[in-house]
Amino acid sequence: MTELKLPSLDYAALAPILIMLGTALLGVLVEAFVPRRSRHLVQLTLALLAVLAALTMVVLSADDRIITAGQALAVDGPTLFLQGAILVLAAMALLLIGDRSVERGGAFVAQAAVTAESADDRRQAEGRNGLTEVYPLTTFAIGGMLIFVAANDLLTMFIALEVFSLPLYLLCALARRRRLLSQEAAMKYFLLGAYASAFFLFGVALIYGFTAGVPGRAAGVDFATINAAVTESPASPVLLFAGMALLSIGLLFKAAAAPFHVWTPDVYQGAPTPVTGFMAACTKVAAFGALLRVFHVAFADAGWDFTPVLGAVAVLTMLIGAVLAVTQTDIKRLLAYSSIANAGYLLVGVLAPSRDGLSGTMFYLVAYGFSVLAAFAVVTLVRDADGEATHLSRWAGLGRRSPFFAGLFTFILLAFAGIPLTSGFTSKFAIFGPALEEGQAWLVIAGVLTSMVLAFPYLRVVVMMWLSEPGESTPTVTVPGGLTSAALMIGVVATLVLGVAPAPLLDLAAGAAEFVR
Amino acid sequence: MSNFPFLSVLTVAPLVGALVVAFLPRHRPELAKQVAFAWSLLVLVLSVVMWVSFNAGGDRFQFRESYSWIPNWGVSFTFAADGIALVMLMLIAVLVPLVILASWHDAESSKRSVPVYFALLLVLECTMIGVFAAADVFLFYVFFEVMLVPMYFLIGSYGGHQRQYAAVKFFLYSLVGGLFMLAAVIGLWVVGGKTFDWQALSQVDISTGTERWLFLGFFLAFAIKAPFFPFHTWLPDAGGAAPAGAAALLVGVLDKVGTFGILRYCLPLFPEASKWFAPWALALGVIGIVYAALLAVGQNDLKRLVSYTSIAHFGFIGVGIFAFTTQAGTGAVLYMLNHGLATGLLFLVVGMLISRRGSALISDFGGAGKLVPVLAGVLFFAGLASLALPGTAPFISEFLVLIGTFTVNKPVAVIATLGIILAAAYVLWMVQRTTQGTLNPALTEVDGMRRDLNLREKVVVAPLIALIVLLGFYPKPVTDVINPAVQATMDDIGRTDPAPSVGTVQEAHR
Repeated sequence: MTELKLPSLDYAALAPILIMLGTALLGVLVEAFVPRRSRHLVQLTLALLAVLAALTMVVLSADDRIITAGQALAVDGPTLFLQGAILVLAAMALLLIGDRSVERGGAFVAQAAVTAESADDRRQAEGRNGLTEVYPLTTFAIGGMLIFVAANDLLTMFIALEVFSLPLYLLCALARRRRLLSQEAAMKYFLLGAYASAFFLFGVALIYGFTAGVPGRAAGVDFATINAAVTESPASPVLLFAGMALLSIGLLFKAAAAPFHVWTPDVYQGAPTPVTGFMAACTKVAAFGALLRVFHVAFADAGWDFTPVLGAVAVLTMLIGAVLAVTQTDIKRLLAYSSIANAGYLLVGVLAPSRDGLSGTMFYLVAYGFSVLAAFAVVTLVRDADGEATHLSRWAGLGRRSPFFAGLFTFILLAFAGIPLTSGFTSKFAIFGPALEEGQAWLVIAGVLTSMVLAFPYLRVVVMMWLSEPGESTPTVTVPGGLTSAALMIGVVATLVLGVAPAPLLDLAAGAAEFVR
Repeated sequence: MSNFPFLSVLTVAPLVGALVVAFLPRHRPELAKQVAFAWSLLVLVLSVVMWVSFNAGGDRFQFRESYSWIPNWGVSFTFAADGIALVMLMLIAVLVPLVILASWHDAESSKRSVPVYFALLLVLECTMIGVFAAADVFLFYVFFEVMLVPMYFLIGSYGGHQRQYAAVKFFLYSLVGGLFMLAAVIGLWVVGGKTFDWQALSQVDISTGTERWLFLGFFLAFAIKAPFFPFHTWLPDAGGAAPAGAAALLVGVLDKVGTFGILRYCLPLFPEASKWFAPWALALGVIGIVYAALLAVGQNDLKRLVSYTSIAHFGFIGVGIFAFTTQAGTGAVLYMLNHGLATGLLFLVVGMLISRRGSALISDFGGAGKLVPVLAGVLFFAGLASLALPGTAPFISEFLVLIGTFTVNKPVAVIATLGIILAAAYVLWMVQRTTQGTLNPALTEVDGMRRDLNLREKVVVAPLIALIVLLGFYPKPVTDVINPAVQATMDDIGRTDPAPSVGTVQEAHR
């Protein structure tokens, strides 16, 4: 019997992942052993501390450029930068998730299994404290995302995908109000997500088959092997192309790119708003982190083959996101379509295979994450007796009722529209510049044209808030407690700072923008 | 004094003023107005000092300052002014205090915060100064876009009828132009070796095809901003809905960004493309002159009428720029200044009329001169200045444009001259229908129409009238500053003026 050789593990480099997953397990134990009334506090503190600890470990190992755990995980510049981004954004999202001042008992349901819209359900919506299982679920998801951006082979990537997706499906179903919408969102996300995972796995299998065609090399799904097979394999590339296509479907689904975006508006609308913010910011970072690594490392030398297809996907995504955003009447759906359009812009960055392109895309991810979390933070605040008032007509005249929060939201919308002195502008520049340099002028022009279309829905909200007279049904803005205020202010300040003085983060991204292969 | 960082201080000062005004207590609107006015006077004083220390015979760009901003992209806060920019900066500095004074009561009727209105005016001043003072293409773009935000709220929150529609239309049109320019800016950055410095970029050689595309990106943004026919449809709406003071700034200064941008960016950076596109630009200019003048004749809304006259005037400026002679170029720049003064005055006076009558429709007036003789007189003067009567400043600029164009392109000059006749038609007919003729009995029932110009309003119009007359007779101080800058721009595109055709005279001597 041959002896199994254990791969060496660099525990310091893996620490962020281990901390998050360990805390998630600890969170499960807390659910079992800590009395109900103190669980919320314990869980929130635990989760935030874990994020901070993981972030510290990321910062401490900022200079690591290694591949560890066999060929499974690469801890290099992009990994560390994106892990840092996920952790910072996740901390903001946790603040939103943990807030119980805006709504009595928090944004989550007390008992998810009660029949929706029944008398019991209404009773629990009145004020029973929300589930605290959301914290271990969120920490599991964060842990999965940290693995996802570090994964250096397709199987690890698949496992990470499942680790962060399954908790998200559950989290989507836990909204306190509008239970049916929430459950529908979760069901839809789960079913489509399962399909996407299946596509991904099938793609992995085909690519494994393709790598087996290289004489003198063992087959495998780690990125170095795939890359070598792409350049050396004498076999017909049909398996490669089919595998790449299926793999891309799985990844583009998570990134909410068209035509795999149909889940986005429904899920964004139905999920509890803090979870929507978490998905819009962190899932996007994770999904694009994986896309960047797959296309820049594994398939780097097949650029001629995938660029036209992925470019078409990018144009379609921008177009669908921008055009359909115009027709939306619900603020959460509007933000969902805007997030689809932003996925299109990010794909433009993915298709600029230079150092500048990589650092620009990473910069965009961070900038967008901050803005979108702040936007959803404001959405949690605009409410009436039935919960959040998300219909746009209800926002009419909000600028008169609550000029401060309407002002903040206007600023975020101007950032989304790409007005200078906001991070929305600098991040667009960070992506379009390298793309043009790499000869993707058509993508830049498509990006600019769709930005024009997309400006209209944002502007419509601004008009609603400031230029319309407040109606009878204009809700008031709840003055938020410390947690939501903190998340909101972090998001707004980051949007401003990254727009006015982006140089430090650009430096950081430029320094991190090289994969180890 | 020439080492003083004039341009950055001038840009930042109004912003600081705006913050101060915005945080004044809402229930003390008078204090906010006074602070805003004092602040804008301060800016004016500083600008005058700058004007005096500008050396007309010296370097093309003076008061140059540069501070690093985003080194990763080669972006810096670089400010520098040539003669053209200097003239525009002076125009802003003069107009803003007058607009603040003229808008003294405008914000009160809107039920919205009065201090915010004046703070927005000062923010607008900051961005307007910045856009003319920038010598870094990225910085220019930033100001170009940010400028939209205060104007959007000025129109949308404090405007009149259809303000929402007008504000959104204004914003979207300008944003669309701006985004085309963004694509061109990025393209310029890539071909220019990742720098945004104007002087470095003007040395870059660009291949013909690329140059034409980049020119188009910039030109489209500027043509929408100016606006030239056929991108002009937003202006009558915005000008008609904006409060009179903001409209005076919108037409008097904001739109000049378009023509200034063509002179500063399109011509020197893309000289070959400019020449290639010049016939098209001239055609747009000429069509604009005639078409807008015809539409102006048919308007029944005073503010929309003035907006249309501006579009016609911008046609003249466009013709002057693309004729590529020093005379026409100087005329165009002078026109930018004079149009700011004349149309600014016209908008302010019309605003005074409208606020008295409570209506902007010409048909609601008639014989108003009998009730408010001084106001009617000022309106008449502003109208005459606007139609370029000899003796008023716009005459000189219009004449320069026409003779400068005539030497190189006779048909265009001849058709453009038609615009003068149409201008007489729309101005005189408007004056006749509002202030002359039999008194409209409805006017006597309106309280406001019994008050002629008060002291504040006289202080508003007097400096503008004085400047228009002064520059009408003695434009030398301004042309001395403009001429070298225009000459340099013409050198950039490699055009020399045709020699005066004096052949017949010489033959006669033989």
